[in-house]
Amino acid sequence: MLEFMEGSHAVAEIVKRCRPQVIAAYPITPQTHIVEDLAQMVANCEIDAEYITVESEFSALSACLGASAAGSRVYSATTSQGLALMFEVCFNAAGMRQPIVMTIANRSLGAPLSIWNDQQDSISLRDSGWLQFYAEDNQEAADLHMIAYRVCEDHDILLPAFVCFDGFILSHTYEPVALPSQEEVDAYLPAFTPYQRLDAANPLSFGMYATPEYYTEFRYEIDRALYRAKDAFARAGREFGEQFGRDYSALVEGYRLEDADTALVAMGSICGTAKDAIDEMREHGRKVGLLKIRTYRPFPAPEIVDALKGVSTVAVLDKNISLGNGGAVGTEVKSALYGSGAAVYDYIIALGGRDVRKRDIAAVVDLAEKGKGDMFYGLRTEVL
Amino acid sequence: MAEVEQGCELFSAGHRACGGCGPALAARLLLKATGKNAILVASTGCMEVFSTPYPETAWGVPWIHSLFENAAAVASGIEASLKKQGRSEKVLCVCGDGATFDIGVLCISGAFERGHDITYICYDNEAYMNTGIQRSGATPYGASTTTSPAGSCSLGNLHPKKDMPGILAAHGAPYVATASIAYPNDFVQKVERAINTPGPCYIQVHTPCCTGWGFESGETLSMAKLAIETGLWVNYEMVDGRVEKAKKVRRKPVEEYLAKQKRFRHLFKPARRDDVIANIQAVADANAERFGIDIKKKESSE
Repeated sequence: MLEFMEGSHAVAEIVKRCRPQVIAAYPITPQTHIVEDLAQMVANCEIDAEYITVESEFSALSACLGASAAGSRVYSATTSQGLALMFEVCFNAAGMRQPIVMTIANRSLGAPLSIWNDQQDSISLRDSGWLQFYAEDNQEAADLHMIAYRVCEDHDILLPAFVCFDGFILSHTYEPVALPSQEEVDAYLPAFTPYQRLDAANPLSFGMYATPEYYTEFRYEIDRALYRAKDAFARAGREFGEQFGRDYSALVEGYRLEDADTALVAMGSICGTAKDAIDEMREHGRKVGLLKIRTYRPFPAPEIVDALKGVSTVAVLDKNISLGNGGAVGTEVKSALYGSGAAVYDYIIALGGRDVRKRDIAAVVDLAEKGKGDMFYGLRTEVL
Repeated sequence: MAEVEQGCELFSAGHRACGGCGPALAARLLLKATGKNAILVASTGCMEVFSTPYPETAWGVPWIHSLFENAAAVASGIEASLKKQGRSEKVLCVCGDGATFDIGVLCISGAFERGHDITYICYDNEAYMNTGIQRSGATPYGASTTTSPAGSCSLGNLHPKKDMPGILAAHGAPYVATASIAYPNDFVQKVERAINTPGPCYIQVHTPCCTGWGFESGETLSMAKLAIETGLWVNYEMVDGRVEKAKKVRRKPVEEYLAKQKRFRHLFKPARRDDVIANIQAVADANAERFGIDIKKKESSE
């Protein structure tokens, strides 16, 4: 049954059904509605969790790390400056192999201060060892949380994950969402069984330091686990489809790519706008398609190469900028497609909440087909 | 994560601390107090490094280290997790003075304000020893460190030691105490009291560092004892914010303590700095006044 609800509420409802035992979060726009909803659920005894009202995002993730190490399923949510404050803990949590699931209501990073959406925050943590999944709409945002817990807690993976959905554009938007029942979620997501935990009956030391003889191998193991997460995600996504009818087995998803000459590549809610724009362009005989990246980490390079076979022009929509070197997604797509013969162009777009309309998508396609790219799109030169 | 070889001590021999290490002794005493039913949270620092070079560990109880400044937040999460699971282990932080007085204050303040049932042990060796003796908020006035060096126009560290016990008592901590490795039974009893007191408790244990302070490794305990006998360190307990018990002494002049440590050598050579020594004596006098530690005539020590 579809229910009409705010994206943040859909996420909170699904997190509740995932039965986290410890929640630690700090309020920050535009993540607040999620953690407020969860706090109310705890206050109403709708959810049997300890809710730690920490004094900072840094402590939120630190508390999640401790609770996870002690053997509990944990949850947090943040965005933007909050995620930046967690930077040190993010690397640490991945290195300590704690299966923490955290929602990112994507938002830009200051300066200048901006509360509005882009994907600079989570993308800036791309090297941290966290899995990163991006949702196109609120249904996908909700569903990806269940999949994230399945993948993270898999004893062959044991990594934390960001479930990313665009701040305001999704978090504060009402859409119809199908929420599975508690019984259905329980059937999909079993209770957390920690691989190892802090336990007086079996005293182990967690978080020891490594000399040069061991450090590289630790990092290698984390890297391997990220690559293994591709199969784990595909399996969890396929089983999700079998149970709920929405298949998420694909790390990348093509839209009208079959005979496309030009392909857009994007992540998150901008994919919805791009699909509508593509439908209109197709009506005018333009052979345009879209490749949506669902898992930014692990980065699906071979899957992108495979999906874009036969495409001559690729336009990457980057809602971030690696200052001094263009968009992060564009850089990685270019790397993946090296030697393929396709012309790949990168467009910095929709930073700090600037709206993207169908005609903007069409304009990007026009630019790419003219061989113009690797640029900021829609720059207001009059205010420079 | 590595398994520990169990001996009769929960804190095993064979760790990599310097000979005469005060913090290592504190760790050993701490585990005598906690027994096996404890989970320890460490901050980055000397004790973390000398006790857990992968794949070896000295800890016979579950132990976790995450970062320098987040032990209290990690402990908050562990305590919440244990509560949810109905488990009985006591949760303790074991952190140095840099992690406690300086970089970890935010996390500690949050954990104490929220009232988690944890015991926070600060092993206070009065500087960042792991990185090579840099000053912290716990470094005493007049001490020379590598970032507050004595020089032709400097007397070393110019700031008084921060009153961390007072700060945590002000958070409403039910039990706050100071201790010293020179008085092991007292330290063990204070830890036992703290872990059996519901809510966040704090113990600051004085752990001289022969390497950082500059004295012979065989002198660690006598140095800790001299700190108390001069009034520069006071062993006391605060219950619900009020000082209940402080160890009384027949005070010796601070000079006896200062002259034995290289970190204060600039107060005696090349020229004697009576003014600075007098300032340090004033610190001890103020401690004596505040805590009432002076043994009066015909009064015996507690």
